[in-house]
Amino acid sequence: EDSLSAHNMGIDLPPLPYAYDALEPKISKQTLTVHHDKHHAKYVTVAKGMIDGTDLAAKECKEILLEAHKAGNAGLFNNAAQAWNHEFYWNCMKPGGGGKPTGDLLAQIEKDFGSFEEFTKQFDTAGQTAFGSGWAWLSWDGSKLVVDKTIGAGNPMTDGKTPVLTMDVWEHAYYLDYQNLRPDYIKAFLDSLVNWDFVAAELAKVKK
Amino acid sequence: MLRQSLRSVRSVAKAHGARAMSSYTLPPLPYELGALEPVVNTEIMTLHHGKHHATYVANLNAAMEKYAEAEAKKDVAAMIALQGAIKFNGGGHVNHSIFWTNLCAPKDVVAPAEASPELAKMIDAQWGSLDAFKTEFNTKTAAVQGSGWGWLGYDKAAKKLAIATCANQDPLSTTGLTPLLGIDVWEHAYYLQYKNVRPEYLKQVWQVVNWKNVAERFKAASA
Repeated sequence: EDSLSAHNMGIDLPPLPYAYDALEPKISKQTLTVHHDKHHAKYVTVAKGMIDGTDLAAKECKEILLEAHKAGNAGLFNNAAQAWNHEFYWNCMKPGGGGKPTGDLLAQIEKDFGSFEEFTKQFDTAGQTAFGSGWAWLSWDGSKLVVDKTIGAGNPMTDGKTPVLTMDVWEHAYYLDYQNLRPDYIKAFLDSLVNWDFVAAELAKVKK
Repeated sequence: MLRQSLRSVRSVAKAHGARAMSSYTLPPLPYELGALEPVVNTEIMTLHHGKHHATYVANLNAAMEKYAEAEAKKDVAAMIALQGAIKFNGGGHVNHSIFWTNLCAPKDVVAPAEASPELAKMIDAQWGSLDAFKTEFNTKTAAVQGSGWGWLGYDKAAKKLAIATCANQDPLSTTGLTPLLGIDVWEHAYYLQYKNVRPEYLKQVWQVVNWKNVAERFKAASA
């Protein structure tokens, strides 16, 4: 259950992997309720409406967003990618998460960044410098882990990378709980929320 | 330590004949923090002006200081690397400085026709009515993906009004239009009150639009 097998997500609205109050006090019940039931839900509804009656309706969410990107269909990309990004994000968090990973994942991070601290520094910077609405990512680029930031609905899969961790830095992800203090939200994410088991499983899958 | 390094940057800059560093400052709000209630509440105004805009100003000053240092060393690569931060924070400062003047307490709002018959006539000529203008403005502004602004601008060349949207903190000047009225649709502008319902914020915000200020800007732009 820690690995979304084959990302067979389609475009639907999955329930949160935990209760709405499970990430308190780091992320409030109110935030998760609005973020999942309103923001994420809307992306799903709009994307579904756009693919209804087309070939894309039978495809997985990942395929849909990649095809939309290739076709330059910004409207469909924005909604399909946000549907994918949000589902991935929920799974990247868990109650009692955060801290340092172990095993192969830690070894890989230390190999590719020099140290775990260097990774957290880069990831924090990516989150802080996504000027506007965006995401911070840890992805596998084919031979190593890299940190990226994207704007809007952007996703490193369009560059051929495979995400293993994401953090939403759109203001709606943290504003009710942290207001303008995005750095505090990022710290809370890294210290207390990251679901390293999920990240490790995602890495193991792509390295196979 | 910061003061010392600022002094040394300034003296380096001066020694190389670089321009004197200007310092950008946060303009005071033209009204009390609670003046726009109940449309935009005190909490939002306190954060929006005192934190968000203040941070753009601080970061713009920091970026410009680094830029002066890079200029003094003729480090073009460093100058180019700073352009993103200058555009973002400078744009943020420009946009918000206009925004605060574009708004006023509900009781101080006058109709466009009273503020400027000429402006009202142009709106009617181009959109059919004030309501039709607001509808198009709100539709386009609600559709901004992520963070950005909706603008009523003036096209000096065509001598016409135009509705435009900009992403992030890109100032309207990047489109060639002169800003008359901007509405911030970054989530921080409305989230604490309206949550995800941006269209409701856009519907309500017209109750605090200061058409007198818009008219002044229109008069200056169309002179």
